[in-house]
Amino acid sequence: MASTFSRILSSKRSVGILSLIGAGSITTALFLNKEYVDAGSIVRRRYPASAEYPDLRKHNNCMASHLTPAIYGKLCGKSTPNGYTLDEAIQTGVDNPGHPFIKTVGMVAGDEESYEVFAELLDPVIKERHNGYDPQTMIHPTDLDASKIRSGQFDERYVLSSRVRTGRSIRGLSLPPACTRAERREVERVVVDALNGLQGELKGQYYSLTQMTDREQQQLIDDHFLFDKPVSPLLTCAGMARDWPDARGIWHNNEKTFLVWINEEDHTRVISMEKGGNMKRVFERFCMGLKEVERLIMEKGWEFMWNEKLGYILTCPSNLGTGLRAGVHVKLPRLSKDVRLAKILDNLRLQKRGTGGVDTAAVGSTFDISNLDRLGKSEVELVQTVVDGVNYLIECEKRLERGQDIRVPPPLTQFWEK
Amino acid sequence: MPFGNTHNQLKLKYTADQEYPDLSKHNNHMSKVLTPVMYAHLRDKQTPSGFTLDDVIQTGVDNPGHPFIMTVGCVAGDEETYEVFKELLDPVIQDRHGGYKPTDKHKTDLNPDHLKGGDDLDPNYVLSSRVRTGRSIRGFCLPPHCSRGERRAIETLSNDALRSLSGDLKGKYYALKDMTDEEQQQLIDDHFLFDKPVSPLLLASGMGRDWPDGRGIWHNDNKTFLVWVNEEDHLRVISMQKGGNMKEVFNRFCTGLTKIETLFKQKGHSFMWNEHLGYVLTCPSNLGTGLRGGVHVKLPNLSKHDKFGEVLKRLRLQKRGTGGVDTAAVGGVFDISNADRLGFSEVELVQMVVDGVKLLVDMEKRLEKGQSIDGLMPAQK
Repeated sequence: MASTFSRILSSKRSVGILSLIGAGSITTALFLNKEYVDAGSIVRRRYPASAEYPDLRKHNNCMASHLTPAIYGKLCGKSTPNGYTLDEAIQTGVDNPGHPFIKTVGMVAGDEESYEVFAELLDPVIKERHNGYDPQTMIHPTDLDASKIRSGQFDERYVLSSRVRTGRSIRGLSLPPACTRAERREVERVVVDALNGLQGELKGQYYSLTQMTDREQQQLIDDHFLFDKPVSPLLTCAGMARDWPDARGIWHNNEKTFLVWINEEDHTRVISMEKGGNMKRVFERFCMGLKEVERLIMEKGWEFMWNEKLGYILTCPSNLGTGLRAGVHVKLPRLSKDVRLAKILDNLRLQKRGTGGVDTAAVGSTFDISNLDRLGKSEVELVQTVVDGVNYLIECEKRLERGQDIRVPPPLTQFWEK
Repeated sequence: MPFGNTHNQLKLKYTADQEYPDLSKHNNHMSKVLTPVMYAHLRDKQTPSGFTLDDVIQTGVDNPGHPFIMTVGCVAGDEETYEVFKELLDPVIQDRHGGYKPTDKHKTDLNPDHLKGGDDLDPNYVLSSRVRTGRSIRGFCLPPHCSRGERRAIETLSNDALRSLSGDLKGKYYALKDMTDEEQQQLIDDHFLFDKPVSPLLLASGMGRDWPDGRGIWHNDNKTFLVWVNEEDHLRVISMQKGGNMKEVFNRFCTGLTKIETLFKQKGHSFMWNEHLGYVLTCPSNLGTGLRGGVHVKLPNLSKHDKFGEVLKRLRLQKRGTGGVDTAAVGGVFDISNADRLGFSEVELVQMVVDGVKLLVDMEKRLEKGQSIDGLMPAQK
C-alpha cells in the first residue's frame, strides 16, 4: 500500500502546452507543469492564478465583492492544516451568483483554521456582512446569563410562539463542507453522548436519520422537527449534503422544547422553543441547555470552537459571533399593511420572514420576526433587542387598533457606537 | 474535485472501518462491489492529479439508486483513475458491460463504409435518426475533477479545432456564458441548448462546478452536427437529422469525428483511448464506443404488445421516451437505441440499431394489419 502511494507521488511529469483564458478574452500560451510536493500535499496540474480566477462578472455575493485577482493569487496556493483550500471555500459563491436583491455570503469555512488561513478574504466579507465589524481590531462579547432579560413575556393575543436558535462546532473536527465520514460520525458520537447526560426538563432522546422507524419519522414530521436533506444549491454546492443521511440526526427533550440538530448545516444547531410569548423562559432554557452540553463535552476532553475575535465559529460567516436567531411568530394584521413597517423593523434591528422560515412568504398576517445581527453583540443584548422590538411592534398594532397613529422609532446604536 | 476530498491525508488518521460508507440501502454497481476490505486497500491511493477513492465513489454514496434501475455509482476524474482504482472499476465494468473481462480487448471501427444498409428506414415511422458519443482529451482531468483553468483550456482547444472544420461541417461556437438572448432562444428552439445539470447523479460528482464557465455548444450551419463542450464529458459529439437515413447520419458522424481527431493531433493532443477500454469517458457506462445510436420511431401497436420488451432485449436495444433517459414515451413515439457501449465496435452497434429498427417497423406494420408477429421473433443477438 504505502509503496504504491509513494511511487505515484514521486513520479514527475512535465507537459507542454497550452493556451489559457483568464476572466477576459486574452489568450496566452504558457508552459504547464504537473508538480509533486512532499507526501503532505499533492499539487496538481498548475495553471497561473490568472487562468484559474473565477468569472465573477455576473455575481452579487460578499465573496465576489471582495475576491480580487490579487487576493486570489495570494491565497489560492494555501491550504489549512487539514487540506482545505480557497477554491473549496468559495465554490458555493462561484456556483451561485446570487440574487440582485439578496446578497448572500458566497463562501464557507471548512474548518476552524479557514478563518485564519483565508483571513485576507474572510475579514472583508465579515466586515461587510456584519455591519463593519473588524475581526482584526474588535472583540466579540459572549453573554449567556438569561437572568438579565427584562420584560421577556409577550402579549399572547399577538405572539403565537417564541424560539431561540444557535449553532455550536466541536473543536478539532472539520466542518460540514469538509468533514470526512469518520469525523462526521465522531461529531455525532460526542454530541449524542453529552445530550444523553442531560437531566430534568432537558432529558430526551436521539433519533438518527439512518435508523429512524417510519413511526418516529412521522412523529417528527408532525412536530415540525424533522429536517430534510438540503436542496438549496447554496448548501449542496458547498458539499454539506455529502453522504446523506450518514451521521445526521435529531435529538429533543421529552417536552419538545429543546431540540438539537446534528450534522445538518453545522455540527450542531441548538433550538429552544415553545408556544406562547414567554421569551425569557425560552432563553433561560436555551442558556441552561447550552451550558450543560458544554460542561458534558468538556468532561470528555472536548470543547466548542470559540475565540474572542469571532465568538462561536460556525460554517457560514453569517452565523459567527452568537450564531443566534431569536424570534417570534406574531400576528400584526394592521401593522403589516403599514408602509412604515420596513423602516420600523430596520431601526429596531429586526427582520421579518414568512412562518416557513427564510425565503418563505408570510401567511395571513403572521410574521416571523427576529434579530438581524449575529456578531458584535452578545446573546443577552440580541435577545433583549428582540424583546424590546417585538413589544414595540405590538404597541404599534394596538395603537392602530384604537385608531391612533404610530411613530417610527429612532435607530438603535450599532455596536461600535457604544 | 468533490468537496473536501482533496485532503485525503486527513482521512488516514481514522481507520478504514470508521471511514467506510454506509451502503446498506444502496443499489448501484459501486455499492455491490466495494467491500470494506477493498475500501481499506484503495483509500490511501491517489491518481497523479490527486483524485481519490472517495472522489470516485461520492456520487454513488450520495445516490443510493432506484430499486429497479441500476446506476453505476462511480466516476473517473482522469484517465489514470481506471488504472489506479482497477480493483473497484474492473468488476463494476464487468457488471455493467455484460461480463467484459479485464483481459478483453475492445474494437474501434469508425469506417462508415462497413455499415450495411441503413439508408432506407421508413420515414413514415422513423421520424429522426441520431448518433452520439463522447471524447476526452488526453492529459486533462475529467469534469468531476478539472480546475477552472483546465476546463477553459479544453474549451479553447476544442474551439480551435472545430473552427477549422469546413464544407458541410463548417459551423460556429456559442459559449454559454457569452450567449446573447437571441442566440439562446435559437438554440432552445433547435433543441440544442443543454442546461445546467440538475441530476443529483451529476451534481454529487462535482460536474456542475463553476457553471457556465468553460461550457459551450458548437454546431454546423446545417444543424446536423453538434458538439457539447464540458458538459458531462470534455466533448459530446452528435450527428442527427430528421427521417430514417441512419447511414447518412453515421457517415457524417465518422467523418466529423475523424476530422476533429486529426485537428487535435495537429496541435499535439490525442483522445483518451486504449485497447482494453476503448475511448475513456467520465462515466464507466460510456466506455468503449461511448456510442448511443438511435431513432425516434412510431410504434403505437408494438409498444402495447406483451413481447415488446423481449424483442428489444433480443435485439440488444433499449427504449426511452423522446425527452431522453428517464422520460416517458409520448404518443406511441419511442427513442430506440443500442443498449451496449463496450465490447462491440461503432459499426457493429449502429448495424444492430439499423437491423433492429427495420424489424420493429416491420412488426408494427404487421400489427397494424391485424397480423401476428410470432414469425418475426428474432434470436438473441
